[in-house]
Amino acid sequence: MQHDNGRCISVDIGKKCAAQLIIFLFSQFDCLDKLFQHKNQIMRYFESKVVSNEQITGDIFVLRVLRNQAEARPGQFYMLKSWDTELTLMRPISIFKAEPEEMWFMYRVVGAGTQRFSELQPGLPIKLLGPCGNGYPYEDLKGKVAVLGGGVGIPPLCETAKTLKNQGVSVDAFLGFKDELFAVEDFKPWCENVYISTETGIEGHKGFVTDLLKPGQYDAVLTCGPEVMMRKVAAMCKEAGTTCYCSLEHRMACGIGACLGCSIRTKNGMKRVCKDGPVFNAEDLLW
Amino acid sequence: MENVNLSVKVAGVSFKNPIIAASGTFGFGDEYNELYNVGCLGGISSKGLTLHGKDGNEGIRVWETASGMMNSVGLQNPGVEHFIQEGIAQMRRFGNVLIANMGGHSMDDYITGASMLSNADIDMLELNISCPNVKSGGMAFGIKAEVAREVVKEVRKVCAKPLMVKLSPNAENIVDMALACEEAGADALSLVNTFQAMAIDIHKRKPVFNNVYAGLSGAAIKPIALRMVHSVCKNVKVPVVGMGGIYTAEDVLEFIMAGAQAVQIGTVNFNNPLAGRIILDDLVRLCVKEGIADINEIRGVCL
Repeated sequence: MQHDNGRCISVDIGKKCAAQLIIFLFSQFDCLDKLFQHKNQIMRYFESKVVSNEQITGDIFVLRVLRNQAEARPGQFYMLKSWDTELTLMRPISIFKAEPEEMWFMYRVVGAGTQRFSELQPGLPIKLLGPCGNGYPYEDLKGKVAVLGGGVGIPPLCETAKTLKNQGVSVDAFLGFKDELFAVEDFKPWCENVYISTETGIEGHKGFVTDLLKPGQYDAVLTCGPEVMMRKVAAMCKEAGTTCYCSLEHRMACGIGACLGCSIRTKNGMKRVCKDGPVFNAEDLLW
Repeated sequence: MENVNLSVKVAGVSFKNPIIAASGTFGFGDEYNELYNVGCLGGISSKGLTLHGKDGNEGIRVWETASGMMNSVGLQNPGVEHFIQEGIAQMRRFGNVLIANMGGHSMDDYITGASMLSNADIDMLELNISCPNVKSGGMAFGIKAEVAREVVKEVRKVCAKPLMVKLSPNAENIVDMALACEEAGADALSLVNTFQAMAIDIHKRKPVFNNVYAGLSGAAIKPIALRMVHSVCKNVKVPVVGMGGIYTAEDVLEFIMAGAQAVQIGTVNFNNPLAGRIILDDLVRLCVKEGIADINEIRGVCL
């Protein structure tokens, strides 16, 4: 998920320096929230620090920040901001990778907020609210699963593939791009196969990523990307009788289910994309 | 830290401090309560209720603007009955003032809803005559003083609880509107709701919102909201709760100096989820700094 209602920074640090940097940055860690003692409390609003912000290609960046110890599920997102009130709203960005000490986000610069993220440098403060949303129901999945992503819908599927692989599920990745590739290498450690498509044909299959998918070969298909692509995936899965989970995106204000700014109609009534989603079983959607 | 008295009263209802979470921005308190103890706030105004529940508007419902945002949620709510059965107990856990906000499509809806809520365990009824997002009802009531007068008069007959009428800044004349509501029996007034506004998606060449117009809120409206609060406070005798673009403790003091008994904070919660608690803590510090021992002593100093 990525929504933005708004230089190439590459940090090259040796392993020893990285460890020192992390220890230093961690000591600056500042929690603005109250301490909850009970286990099921997992959402926080906290100030963290940028570890690095790297341009991958074109308008795609990877932001790494120090994480807190709240558990995060693949398919969840954080509301981020690197400003005070200059922009009114925080931006919902999906988890790309949840590492032991860091949370990684891969985002595209599409507006004022992501433009500001792209200018972040190591050591600068950043505020996070989350983890938000339900994430993919990975615990329920077995056998062989396909993760299928289009464009900036691809990053959340990376942590998803890793989690599934660690659970003993066999994962195939189907990654669709317009032209330039990104994140492909990040999928390889967790996937049996990685299939690529580009609309321009510069790499992999020329056309749409859905051209490559045979849903009948999988116990489930997890998808994220442009709605038109996900609708196609859902239709193909329905025909094959394969379970399909879609991660939606929506304009959001609060990000935590309070304002009802992101509600959508489903077969089971009105649902909040930020709280009841962003992951929905395709069967629930009115597609 | 020195003791500052922040307790205030609105229409006979005591609040431990003047910070109230604004309707529509805070649900029924549960979501923000996961981040901090929302019971620390003086009060919470519930999501706007209607007699029968509503699903709300289709399409985009929120949109960022310079120093603010627009919304066209469309009063998605579970209905008055559901709120009475479940929402009240939910909100009572916080231990602060429980304000039920209610709007309506028709006079009958207003009367029925208000009498149901009047018999329920709420501390105040905030009457929404000003929601600009609903196609039928709501907006019409809050534009003309004479129409508003009728609604308040009828609701007053069935409402035994303190009745606070929430005014729309889109009213033809905010002072006339305030006076009409006061004359019709309002125990208090809260203002302002959102300003009717518009955004266009130039790539799609269409309005952003299905309903074309939507409500503007946030810092951009503060100076106008403040002027309206001041103007109303100069002309009415009933207590006034001020709102519109309040983001900081300084903003809170401005509204109180303009005559407000208490304030509501809305949009700022999206910018900073801990805003309620932070503004409250900052308010104490600010009062100490400004030599204010009791928040009530500076009320209306600018009137």
